[in-house]
Amino acid sequence: MTLTVEARQHLGGFRLDASFTAEHGVTAVFGRSGSGKTSLMRVIAGLSRPDEGRVVLDGDVLLDTGQNIFVRPYRRRFGYVFQEARLFPHLSVRSNLAYGQWFSRHRSRRDEFDRVVEMLGIAPLLDRQPDALSGGEQQRVAIGRALLSAPRLLLMDEPLAALDEERKAEILPYLERLRDEAGIPIVYVSHSVAEVARLADQVVLMQEGQVAAVGDPGQVLAGRRASALDRREAGSVLSGRVESVDAVNGLATVRLRDLCLLVPDAGLAQGAAVRLHIPERDVIIATTEPVGLSALNILPGTIHAIETDGDGAVLVSLACGGNIIASRITSFSATRLELQVGQAAFAVIKSVALQR
Amino acid sequence: MAFCTPSYYPETTAEGSRHRAAAIAPQGMALDWLALSEEEWTAVRLSLKVASAAMICSLPFGIFIAYVLARGRFWGKSLLNGLVHLPLILPPVVTGFLLLVSFGRRGPIGAFLYEWFGISFSFRWTGAALACAIMGFPLMVRSIRLSIEAIDRKLEEAAGTLGASPGWVFVSVTLPLALPGIIAGMILSFAKAMGEFGATITFVSNIPGETQTLSAAIYTFTQVPGGDAGAMRLTLVAIAISFGALLASEALAQMIGRRGRQP
Repeated sequence: MTLTVEARQHLGGFRLDASFTAEHGVTAVFGRSGSGKTSLMRVIAGLSRPDEGRVVLDGDVLLDTGQNIFVRPYRRRFGYVFQEARLFPHLSVRSNLAYGQWFSRHRSRRDEFDRVVEMLGIAPLLDRQPDALSGGEQQRVAIGRALLSAPRLLLMDEPLAALDEERKAEILPYLERLRDEAGIPIVYVSHSVAEVARLADQVVLMQEGQVAAVGDPGQVLAGRRASALDRREAGSVLSGRVESVDAVNGLATVRLRDLCLLVPDAGLAQGAAVRLHIPERDVIIATTEPVGLSALNILPGTIHAIETDGDGAVLVSLACGGNIIASRITSFSATRLELQVGQAAFAVIKSVALQR
Repeated sequence: MAFCTPSYYPETTAEGSRHRAAAIAPQGMALDWLALSEEEWTAVRLSLKVASAAMICSLPFGIFIAYVLARGRFWGKSLLNGLVHLPLILPPVVTGFLLLVSFGRRGPIGAFLYEWFGISFSFRWTGAALACAIMGFPLMVRSIRLSIEAIDRKLEEAAGTLGASPGWVFVSVTLPLALPGIIAGMILSFAKAMGEFGATITFVSNIPGETQTLSAAIYTFTQVPGGDAGAMRLTLVAIAISFGALLASEALAQMIGRRGRQP
């Protein structure tokens, strides 16, 4: 699957000028509110026409302003999950789910319906009306509805933004299952580092209507582009695999190259691929190995880089077992500890801070 | 007579049936004045027929114009809006006269319709229905337009991304969501038609059995000496019908509301 997007559009004072190519898997379009993520998604879906642009999916040209090609949204077969669920209030949950199925040319069968209902855990809701559902339930139904329209591509525009943390935690596992089981390419818009770190295979970083970076989540999210990120959320993103699960203590051991981290297990299965987001501000630097500490992860390494970060803060990157872990500390403590590049040090991370 | 087999020889004489009626329902005598005469029944039936025809036939046009006014962006929109509302502001007699001039047998539209389709409006109940439909049209359009304007267009957008073409979006999302307004519009149009008098009597006159509706019949009763009882009977019928329509619309609105809101 290859999706090529180019869009140039003036929207009042805002200028959208973005292009990227998405490959298989989950492509996260990431950026602050107002960076043009949704405008870009609407262009892909055909809900708005840019002044200039092209949208091509696997050689199928859906938009080309140069050749005056514009395929109407209902002919594109792109599923769209909106920020608000947008369920039809006059239809039951079952009819909402069947709505897209009815119009899809490849009428998906009964077992497809059952499979999606099972995957999203919405079987008990089928005979209810949409307004009798909680926000999280509504969003799950909306995802199911989009999936059952047999889309070639799934566009998800901040599907979790309107939900509280608990509801988010309730839906995220379903999204992971979706990524792993449905086999549909997904373009996922978000402004949350944690969500993107967890779901994305590729990240498109948007900044003021333009694409600032494209690439692997680890690189893009760890890069010094804090202006696009929420400082509090900035951190390292590391990929690994679950090595073992300690059900008694509710902990899982995750191997990241030559490093092992203990994280809360939260339904992790042994052998599963995971991506960990380690917030910079939750990493402590120690020059000698600390003892008598509650933190479970004390990782030996060497200081790779020290950058001043403004506001009296310093960003220290530690090379630990083939990974780079970033830590934000005050420049006062950096001076006090006399940190030097190349010096041996320990990164201390509380397991609780790695709660997914 | 008493020796005849009752089942075989029904009592057919007027005297016999009156005696019998009196025996069964002695109080019937007092309520006799409530019984409608054949002519009065005709007026009631005609009124219901005219109002139903006016409501049903104007509905597709009402939905179309309401949709165009709610969603369309075109030159002359306010002109169209004004034109639709005109019957509400004009004296009904003026509307009736305009109908007579244009839809009469010699009028441009009337002559065309008669020659090509054999449809005639003048002095027929169809003409009464046309007059009623036009008088109720602004009310119907207004009600439907408001409910279409209140629909969240994001839902229609969502339907489009699920593969529904604009036509299907209209049928499967817009119309059902506008249903409360459509029903209210239909009831308003029906009620207006039941009460319509000026335009009807100007356009198709007051012919018993053909164009004499309930209102016209009441008016006729008030113009003849001793017609008060007849006018009162028809007035009670009019009240009953209007009240019934009102209750029906309430019940429908509640049904739709319940379907939309509750599990």
